[in-house]
Amino acid sequence: MPEVLKAPLAVEFPFTRSLGPVQSAFLTGLRERVVLGVRTGDGRTLVPPVEYDPVTAEEIRDLVEVAPTGTVTTWAWNHAPRRDQPLDTPFAWALVRLDGADTALLHALDAPGPHAVHTGMRVRVRWAEERTGAITDIACFEPYDGDPAQPTGADREFEDPITGIVAPARLDYTYSPGRAQSAYINALAEHRNVGERCPSCHKVYVPPRGACPTCGVATSEQVEVGPHGTVTTFCIVNIKAKNLDIEVPYVYAHIALDGAGLALHGRIGGIPYDQVRMGLRVEPVWTEGARYPDHYRPTGEPDADYDTYRELL
Amino acid sequence: MNREIAVVAFAQTDHRRTSEEFSEVEMLMPVLHEVLAQTGLKTADIGFTCSGSSDYLAGRAFSFTLALDGVGAWPPISESHVEMDGAWALYEAWTKLLTGDADTALVYSYGKSSPGPLRDVLTRQLDPYYVAPLWPDSVALAALQAQALIDAGDTDEPALAAVAARSRTDATANSHAQLRGSVAHGDYVVRPLRTGDCPPIGDGAAAVVLAAGERARELCDRPAWIRGVDHRIEAHSLGVRDLTDSPSTRLAAERAGAFERPVDTAELHAPFTSQEVVLRKALGLDDGVRVNPSGGALAANPVMAAGLIRIGEAAARIQRGESDRALAHATSGPCLQQNLVAVLEGDPR
Repeated sequence: MPEVLKAPLAVEFPFTRSLGPVQSAFLTGLRERVVLGVRTGDGRTLVPPVEYDPVTAEEIRDLVEVAPTGTVTTWAWNHAPRRDQPLDTPFAWALVRLDGADTALLHALDAPGPHAVHTGMRVRVRWAEERTGAITDIACFEPYDGDPAQPTGADREFEDPITGIVAPARLDYTYSPGRAQSAYINALAEHRNVGERCPSCHKVYVPPRGACPTCGVATSEQVEVGPHGTVTTFCIVNIKAKNLDIEVPYVYAHIALDGAGLALHGRIGGIPYDQVRMGLRVEPVWTEGARYPDHYRPTGEPDADYDTYRELL
Repeated sequence: MNREIAVVAFAQTDHRRTSEEFSEVEMLMPVLHEVLAQTGLKTADIGFTCSGSSDYLAGRAFSFTLALDGVGAWPPISESHVEMDGAWALYEAWTKLLTGDADTALVYSYGKSSPGPLRDVLTRQLDPYYVAPLWPDSVALAALQAQALIDAGDTDEPALAAVAARSRTDATANSHAQLRGSVAHGDYVVRPLRTGDCPPIGDGAAAVVLAAGERARELCDRPAWIRGVDHRIEAHSLGVRDLTDSPSTRLAAERAGAFERPVDTAELHAPFTSQEVVLRKALGLDDGVRVNPSGGALAANPVMAAGLIRIGEAAARIQRGESDRALAHATSGPCLQQNLVAVLEGDPR
């Protein structure tokens, strides 16, 4: 069996999220070096604050300031920080109950080693130099042996409140398409279209995925299809896609390659767009170095009879 | 309508660090064929199909629709999907059968963790405002829970090592397991958790067939009757919770009927050694209960399938006559955030 293909795949997205009134106040407060909690109906103060009481589901909006000092309730020593974590030197993850709060906040704790961290230890917020209204405005916590700090008494209504955050996220994968699709892509590199025949219904699938979706059985018998094929149906594209250097209008078509049990799709070129028709006989056009046909063009053969492709529409 | 529903068949892959030579459907299909072959059913005979998976693992969108190619979805079938562990897909299928809309159900789930950085991928399920931007990985969060247990006097590092050793020793009898036999407790990954306290990262799939009433008796010599299933969730903020306890597991177990009579077997979905400590306490399991004879998630933890495998393993034990009443548990999310409990019984002997 030839080697399966592999390629790096980065999935990256700047998640843009709007904030509710409580989250907005909390994150804007961090920007101003003020930590806000929210008071529940039974008088507990939740930090970080949420908009609904996790016990009663009651809506809660009563913001209160807590101190930037607190106590570690549990911790874990992270000797090998990972990408995007708050510190790039070894640190402790810690849940910290800030003075004045009844719940704990998760963040990093900068300490020289695990020997310097224990549950119950006193810590304080180390603010990030540049603050934008995000949880990362707290750079981390650091050991602190003083008394609880006093809240600043800041007004809880801030100028220019944060109403949303952008949280970029990137994950790096190694993508492998598996056996059947690897074989298909490898054949394409030799300008061949190879499908797989279902052992049960005998239909030839191209591109093959290793399974017959009708019968639910594995496909493995490879069958070369094409290179000629028939346009079974098509549409005319009138809007140019961004970064696409194909002049509009152009035709996008379903093409049943000879011997294939279903149609794949591709662009039709080499013929005015308004002359493309069902039954048109076409062949792939390869460009140098490409791993798939750039487009399909007419072969000049007579049009296929409708009955030869009606099952493949 | 009061219908009896049973697990009548269970199959799983050999769980491996990587299965890059297979697409998801190529990995899944043999398991689907095996579980159907156990019952003699064909796809067309199945009344309802439900699956569990997550596109984030492999980093590809709508992968579950492609996995359907392995089921044979033409002519059209009655089908559903949950973006969760397959145990929750089983819950949906069970309720569907309870309504009387179907007599049989196929439940499957799969996960390929090998393509991506799993510890980082799982951070994307966390609160996106206050937690996810810090990228606390799955081991780090479990380690916070482990330290809380140690501080509370509920366990210590040697006790955690013993959980790991027992699980991997039991897994020597499980040919599907990824990690078995003598496994070193190893170095710290995130202290206090060592490599031995953590589950292997791997790819795998599992499938179960459910059937109702007499249909179950036709398909299986000793059906594993589902006496109850329930699932519950904790507050999402870790700092609100008591990490040394799992009240959601206890409540789910109570509603599933787990405490009405003792169980002899418990398959607990505890990917980390410390989580078994939490679950044993929450469920009140004493030493008389056989916990994770399969080796549990410490021996194989294909994400999105490991919970369904717990139900499958418990059911298979009943079918083999090794258990009369078993508890199966599945979890999802950080530090046992969401928990499902199923109670299974064999006919009296």
